[in-house]
Amino acid sequence: MTNTASVILAVENVSMRFGGLVALDRVSLTVHEGEIFGIIGPNGAGKTTLFNVINGVYAPHEGRILFRGEDITGMPPFQASRRGIARTHQVVRPLGELTTKENAMVGACFGRENLSLEKSSIVADEILEFVGLAARQDMLAGKLNIAQKKRLEMARALAARPLLLLLDEVLAGLNPQEVAEMLTVIRKIRDQGVTIIMIEHLMHAVMNLSDRVFVLDYGAKIAEGAPQAVSSDPRVIEAYLGDPKMAQRLLEGSA
Amino acid sequence: MNLAVLVSSSIDGLMLGFIYGLAAMGLTLIFGVMRVINLAHGAVITLGMFALYLFSVQLGLNPYLALVLTLFLGLAFGVVMYFISVHRVINAPELTTLLATFSVDLIIVGVGTAIFTTSPFSVNVDLGTYGSGEITVLGTKIVAVLAAILITVALYYFLYRTRIGKSIRAVANNRSAAELMGINTTAMLALSFGLGTMLAMISGGLIATLFTFTILTGDDYQTKSFVIVVIGGLGNPTGALVGGILLGLLEGIATLFMQPSWVPVIEYVAFVLILLLRPNGLFGARA
Amino acid sequence: MKNLLNPYLWIILLVVGGISVVPILTGDASMREDLFLILMLVVLASSVNIITGYTGYVSFGNIVFFGLGGYFAFYLMQNFETNFVLAALVGGVGASIVAVLIGIPVLRLRGAYFALATIGINEAMRTFVANFDPFGGSVGMFFNYSVYNAYGGAKNALWFAYDGIVVVALATIAASFLIKKSKFGLGLLAIREDQDAAKVLGIDPARAKVIAYTFSAFFPALAGALFFFKNGIIEPDVAFDLLRSIEALVMVMLGGYGTVVGPIVGATVYERITALLITAPSITVLGVSLGFSQLHLAIAGFLLLLIVLFVTAGFVGWLRQRFPRTRRYLE
Repeated sequence: MTNTASVILAVENVSMRFGGLVALDRVSLTVHEGEIFGIIGPNGAGKTTLFNVINGVYAPHEGRILFRGEDITGMPPFQASRRGIARTHQVVRPLGELTTKENAMVGACFGRENLSLEKSSIVADEILEFVGLAARQDMLAGKLNIAQKKRLEMARALAARPLLLLLDEVLAGLNPQEVAEMLTVIRKIRDQGVTIIMIEHLMHAVMNLSDRVFVLDYGAKIAEGAPQAVSSDPRVIEAYLGDPKMAQRLLEGSA
Repeated sequence: MNLAVLVSSSIDGLMLGFIYGLAAMGLTLIFGVMRVINLAHGAVITLGMFALYLFSVQLGLNPYLALVLTLFLGLAFGVVMYFISVHRVINAPELTTLLATFSVDLIIVGVGTAIFTTSPFSVNVDLGTYGSGEITVLGTKIVAVLAAILITVALYYFLYRTRIGKSIRAVANNRSAAELMGINTTAMLALSFGLGTMLAMISGGLIATLFTFTILTGDDYQTKSFVIVVIGGLGNPTGALVGGILLGLLEGIATLFMQPSWVPVIEYVAFVLILLLRPNGLFGARA
Repeated sequence: MKNLLNPYLWIILLVVGGISVVPILTGDASMREDLFLILMLVVLASSVNIITGYTGYVSFGNIVFFGLGGYFAFYLMQNFETNFVLAALVGGVGASIVAVLIGIPVLRLRGAYFALATIGINEAMRTFVANFDPFGGSVGMFFNYSVYNAYGGAKNALWFAYDGIVVVALATIAASFLIKKSKFGLGLLAIREDQDAAKVLGIDPARAKVIAYTFSAFFPALAGALFFFKNGIIEPDVAFDLLRSIEALVMVMLGGYGTVVGPIVGATVYERITALLITAPSITVLGVSLGFSQLHLAIAGFLLLLIVLFVTAGFVGWLRQRFPRTRRYLE
């Protein structure tokens, strides 16, 4: 269904090395407007590095990143943010001595719409309501619990009014109740028309949410396609064999 | 220019460099293990000078026995200073540890000024001179250099060959991992601070056997230590020793070619440039 | 700029301005001298607070801009009889340009490396100026008393300098407030908390830091111009005094890191305590007479240690933590 929509992000033959370690090996992918694109792979497969290359934290050693047709390869992250790419971090990074609301305002102020303080305050209120942190708006972000910090990451990213949202393991470390709440939030974001790329280890979640799934192993693509097709791909199962529990969960997730 | 003068200045600078290096090793050891820049470093060097003065001049002990006492005093003082001023803020932002150690500097210099004023003191040690013609070296300097080398070797033996030394290096590498491995990190941090302080105090003591000093003399050596530590790479003891020797040589030789007042300009400009271009030191990995 | 109408800003300015105007009204010269020093320290502390308290970059050698502003202005007045206001502005702008040139490379360094580099820059400048003959080398420069004629003689020049420091202090406080309450200021706070996260959120840290550093250079340069104009003499060790530089950070810490009022309170309290200690009578311990004037460093150090260890947020920060409702007002 998404194939007819226009391409929002194209990653073309991107490679990234750290010393002798190849973190990404000629990775290519395209993401269409409005879809949820899941990225899975064993630990150390290069998933977070891929995010870092997409939003400009690293400049790739080769290859190109096209966002809405514009070449943004090697552009610093704040430029990516201005263009409408927002992300959350796998390890939460709250601005600890600022309040929850100020955190969200930073997102709004310096995001795609480059809002004034006054307008970003209104946006921040809206977003905090949306992710369920309104009651904590005056709390210092450093004092939030882990589930709240995850939602704060989400709020900051959303406050930027992004066109493309990169979610890096937003479900990790949450209990089942919190996971369910977060999934609801993600679906609502998609319903607003935001394109989402999510890195996730929680298989049932990624398999249920994603329109398409992309599998990385040792920095290279090993599979891509609809969730059902990917989870029965022998190469994918093999990639997870080092981790039998994960392979098991993968199979369950597809069931 | 006279070759003998050049040789003599080089030897002088080289020998001074060992003592500079020893002082700087104290600073760099503390930084390497706990990422704290000890702004009381200069005051501690001064403390070493006055400890030697008190032990040898006031109590009449042999100056070199006094040096040994200074060594143990330095270790003890460092451990106490760690628990009083650093331990509570060890994980706080830089400004906090910088100001915590700076406050100790103020206390030492303040109390010292109240007791000793800022007039010069000296410890007279005469071990004669060696050499011939225009190239002569003071016996005290030779002993100071030998002491510096001996202490450096002992420090390396301790850090690389003993169990406790290895624990310290583990703590320096990754404090939380070391903690998980059952190392008492607090004890190792305190001990490292003690060792760093000991090195600073003993170098102060050695300097006191060579030159007159005041309560403020340590400050000069503190800024020199900063320069050296940056040349050698923050946290790298070998680098500090080499950096110290380089600085000593530079000071010894540069004064032959330029006004002595230009030497510190060069030192500080080099300091900033190295920080910018080679933050891991001249010998460290490229930035 | 609706923040210009913020009543809290005007309360601070009225309090500081109200106290400052007292010696002008009463003609009390000794109070004027005390207040000159306090206001100058307020300028130094509030300025370093912009780069250190707001942005998280510990500028240990920030006094370098005080010295540069002083030297630039002094040189112009001494050699070209430049009007003070113009000379001070040239000093301020000159120091700001130096801040940009230094800031671009040095602000790439993080944490302790940046702090060390600022010390190195100050010391390099101090030792260089001590060798720089146009600025009088290590002896420095001193005025012909005729310089003061344009300001109604040496005595009136002191009042003129005082008026100047009042204006500069109020301007510094206003700038410090407006920056903190602006979008730019929010960006600085974000950089302080987590520079990499701030970058991902759309902030250009390199640019923001250089601008903040320039602000923290401009006002101290003006204060330096005033201080050395008033003294009629400038020398490297006084202009680039690292101890004074660190004291400004102590004041920030004492009053409250990253707050607007903190540096004002910190500077005032610190100056009063030091003045008190210097004038206090001496005591005798174990037969040794110990003057408080000599011990003031030690006592200042002891107080600083207590604050650093136990009241990390400083006085204003402590109030904000202890009474969260004051957070809305105490910036």
